[in-house]
Amino acid sequence: MMTSNQMDATFAALADATRRAILLRLASGEASVNELAKPFRMSQPAVSKHLKVLERAGLISVGQDAQRRPRRIQAARLAEASAWLDRFREFWEGSFWRLDDLLAEMKSSEHAAKRRGHRRKAS
Amino acid sequence: MRNTGTLEVTMKSDREIVLKRIFDAPRRMVFEAMTKPELLKRWMGPRGWELVVSEIELRVGGKWRSVLRSPEGKEMGMSGVYREIEAPVRIVSTEAYDDYPGTETVNTILLDEANGKTTFTCTILYPSKEVRDLVVGSGMEHGAAECYDRLAEFLLHPEPRSMECGA
Repeated sequence: MMTSNQMDATFAALADATRRAILLRLASGEASVNELAKPFRMSQPAVSKHLKVLERAGLISVGQDAQRRPRRIQAARLAEASAWLDRFREFWEGSFWRLDDLLAEMKSSEHAAKRRGHRRKAS
Repeated sequence: MRNTGTLEVTMKSDREIVLKRIFDAPRRMVFEAMTKPELLKRWMGPRGWELVVSEIELRVGGKWRSVLRSPEGKEMGMSGVYREIEAPVRIVSTEAYDDYPGTETVNTILLDEANGKTTFTCTILYPSKEVRDLVVGSGMEHGAAECYDRLAEFLLHPEPRSMECGA
């Protein structure tokens, strides 16, 4: 269990878009400061600063290689810190309900157009 | 066959998620709704969000771009390239969020029509199992309620509000 101080540190660390992006990047494998600086177009000191915050929050750790010092994600802390809704599903469900409505509208306007066409033919 | 309106989410492999949904309309209409910006703007996005930019170059090698705006005014951009298009049956495209480099997915949409209804299947291929788990959550379909999904959603959409495979 995390103490509330640790929890605060974790949430504070997660409250920054760049740090969230770094975590997502680390989810696909460990990376050195150098490797992280490139895709984010940031200087090494700037990345290091974010990494320090993440490390203090227990969200990442430093690997064995003393030269490279690869950072890796700490899944356990992430799992502990999570208390959010399953928005992926919600995203799609919300979108698809609206798509249902749009399709119904497309069908009825096509239907109406056909009927107008028939009427024109009949008269 | 399930009724329309039920979204099925399954894990096809370590790196893939499959979304399945039946729509009560012929597939040419579903295809149109998924490939025309003026129509996409009418449905894409969670409740309260707005698709403010939708650009589609519907040809192999053509680009697409979408920008969603949250109720708080925060914008989230994503874009990709069409790899295969077989109207109105199949679309293969890439998708990447502006804010998250290195997490591009390959999305394959299949539209099957029977009795005037369309079965939509979207297979999302993630660059790694870890990205997949972070983005959607390994426990989602298995009921294990592991927290990755929630975390990922927070990582992607941190605003506290009730809240993608682009077409």
